[in-house]
Amino acid sequence: MSNRVTNLLVPIVSVVLGLIVGAIIMLVSGYSPIEGYAALWNGIFGDLYTVGETLRQITPYLLAGLAVAFAFRSGLFNIGVEGQLIVGWFAAAYVGVAVELPKIIHLPLAILAAAVAGALWGFVPGLLKAKFRVHEVIVTIMMNYIALHVTNALIRTVSEGGDRTERIFTSASLRSEFLENLTEFSRLHMGLLLALIMVGVMWFILEKTTLGFELKAVGFNQHASEYAGMNVNKNIIMAMVISGAFAGLAGAMEALGTFEYVSSKGGFTGIGFDGIAVALLGMNTPLGVIFGATLFGSLKYGALNMPNAAGIPIEIVEIVIAVIIFFVASGYIIRLLLLRAAGKKKEAK
Amino acid sequence: MEYVIEMLNIRKEFGNFVANDNITLQLEKGEIHALLGENGAGKSTLMNVLFGLYQPEGGEIRVRGKKVDISNPNVANDLGIGMVHQHFMLVENFSVTENIILGSEPTKMGVTNKKDAAQKVAKLSEQYGLNVDPYAIIEDISVGMQQRVEILKTLYRGAEILIFDEPTASLTPQEITELIQIMKRLIAEGKSIILITHKLKEIMDVSDRVTVIRKGQGIGTVTTAETNPNELAALMVGRQVTFKTEKGPAHPTEETLTVQDLVVEDYRGIAKVKNLNLNVRKGEIVGIAGIDGNGQSELIEAITGLRKVKSGKVLIHGKDVTGMKPRKVTESGVGHIPQDRHKHGLVLDFPIGHNIALQTYYMAPISKSGIMDYNKITEKAQQIIKDFDVRTQGPHEPARALSGGNQQKAIIGREVDRNPDLLIAALPTRGLDVGAIEFIHSRLIEQRDNGKAVLLISFELDEVMNVSDRIAVIHDGEIVDVVIPEETTEQQLGLLMAGHADKDKKGGKHSVE
Repeated sequence: MSNRVTNLLVPIVSVVLGLIVGAIIMLVSGYSPIEGYAALWNGIFGDLYTVGETLRQITPYLLAGLAVAFAFRSGLFNIGVEGQLIVGWFAAAYVGVAVELPKIIHLPLAILAAAVAGALWGFVPGLLKAKFRVHEVIVTIMMNYIALHVTNALIRTVSEGGDRTERIFTSASLRSEFLENLTEFSRLHMGLLLALIMVGVMWFILEKTTLGFELKAVGFNQHASEYAGMNVNKNIIMAMVISGAFAGLAGAMEALGTFEYVSSKGGFTGIGFDGIAVALLGMNTPLGVIFGATLFGSLKYGALNMPNAAGIPIEIVEIVIAVIIFFVASGYIIRLLLLRAAGKKKEAK
Repeated sequence: MEYVIEMLNIRKEFGNFVANDNITLQLEKGEIHALLGENGAGKSTLMNVLFGLYQPEGGEIRVRGKKVDISNPNVANDLGIGMVHQHFMLVENFSVTENIILGSEPTKMGVTNKKDAAQKVAKLSEQYGLNVDPYAIIEDISVGMQQRVEILKTLYRGAEILIFDEPTASLTPQEITELIQIMKRLIAEGKSIILITHKLKEIMDVSDRVTVIRKGQGIGTVTTAETNPNELAALMVGRQVTFKTEKGPAHPTEETLTVQDLVVEDYRGIAKVKNLNLNVRKGEIVGIAGIDGNGQSELIEAITGLRKVKSGKVLIHGKDVTGMKPRKVTESGVGHIPQDRHKHGLVLDFPIGHNIALQTYYMAPISKSGIMDYNKITEKAQQIIKDFDVRTQGPHEPARALSGGNQQKAIIGREVDRNPDLLIAALPTRGLDVGAIEFIHSRLIEQRDNGKAVLLISFELDEVMNVSDRIAVIHDGEIVDVVIPEETTEQQLGLLMAGHADKDKKGGKHSVE
């Protein structure tokens, strides 16, 4: 079997297998898989509104995935995307409500605030790793909690005791009438464009700049990088800062596009953690992240339709979605099985 | 004669590339059979076929006269074939016994039974004169000992046929002598050995017969007693090889590198380099002879800025570079062929082209204001690949896929191409075949003849004697003497390296202090 055919076949077989196992789970639980999957399909592609909402859901996954993937390529495991996203969300919303400025200044300023906040939240673990060799996984996990509770406290202060901020001024909003009209008034916003530009930015940094060359070298082999005169510590910090900035932008998507405010949270949003899976599904490449985010965003949003349209409890739905993603992620097992099947055929001849 | 292993007309292809073509190797019971070939000639491929890691496209394998199909390493194990790998496969923080039983742990009521295993290991160790402590932790024992653990591992699993893959590559001369004794002991106990190597001296010392392969082709098998190193080298390389490196007299001029009272400590704060003084002048090669672990690595790392200097000075052209960052030292005109090419020399997962640009990526023409021009990297890489005869499929092939010799040629190409005033070459020929060694030595001498300073660090006496214009002998972090190769013998050098400095001569006429 040629490589090309395998590469094409693996994702298809993975998704089909995931769907079959998901169907079995629904069947065993006493629900109709056909109705279930019809509801899922309609929940993703049903009409222009759902397509718009699906795309809206994909947007923060794109940026969270980029954040994780970027750190991975530099040899770092950024589990702190969740926290960086939360501070980015708050920073963007705060700038959105605190001042009123012309849109041409206000919107970029709010976006920038989110990126800077995320970058700062990435800088701390980067610095600790570079200076004291503290493992970034530990620090980023802890930074997630700090982000969650600090922003909650700040929201209470800003809203004078309330649990959410005012709505941001329209001059800071990413929403666009054009997109809303196009998609039957979904919440699809211009952030999708920004996220796609960021995919290009990540590709550009990694593949076209000396910084990207260094980051990849450090990610693969710190000793050789040091020997070659690269500043390993600087690169570790840079990688975390850029990764954090991507994560902060994911927060801006929520603050300036989807919700247009920030409310205090009882727990994590989960987008940052799902970003890890998005990045890994996409093999940590910019294009792969588009694939991973699309899969995640579509399934997550489409699944919301399953309880309503097919009467399947949300718990079962979540299991089904997890199973599908699980099979896609285990693509290499399927690759192995395909190769083995091909090998057997050859022997039989 | 009874053959324990016969590999007949083996052919192995990778895509369009034929790694082994029509190679026949017949191993007699109780012999040491050397497998000789250049780096990348296909020795490892052939052995991986025998060990079940690769399936051959043609030919057949017989073990004790019976045709077998070795589909995976477990089959090879069951047939009594054991492999002692060049890069040891040991868990560093496990004990000797734990490493040996790994994968087939004996259990007593569900609990690993280390005690019985340790006894068995001790018994085997005694039987073959290996002198290994079953309870020692791997990271605490020497490289030579670790290799014995690998040997024990195969014996523990009942190997009758042992394959040694470049076993002397990382051993000291003393350890090599001991290994040869161990191999002879193994033969005396009825084992058979295939020895993969490109060191002719070892083959002459230890083997009974030699099978030569060249560029994937089986050249033939000769009896060691009826051949000589020159003939073997010619068979292996396909042309006559000169062993004595040709070079004219040196014409040294002003000092390029000056090391003054240098003290360097390791991470525990123990001095590894102690008040060391050394100089290298333009137009000469200074060899540092010494046994591994006498401060050579620390000295190089201190000169190149990779390690902190406790006290003392390093000057390049009289300019103080002590404590400067590696890049600053590099830019002061220093090239460095590092001791460990996998750890420091290469980013193995990068394409070979990227590796060739590892020192120059941030400068024009490869990059301009932070933007890389990868076409320029490819151009540069193609030039170096051609000039330094790096055998690769091209600049885009990952460095990992190249053979050791070709990886080393790429590193040397990268460093020499920058035309540094001082070239530091640390073990530049470790693990390489005679063809590659000849090439590298002539490149070092060429640098010298172009008026550059070369500092050569080597554990091989032959190399130091052949290539250097002056030899500085290092022992316990100090230069104990500086000698002229023509006026000294290997025996004298050996004594100096072991710390038996000739008191009358110390600080003598060739001293650089």
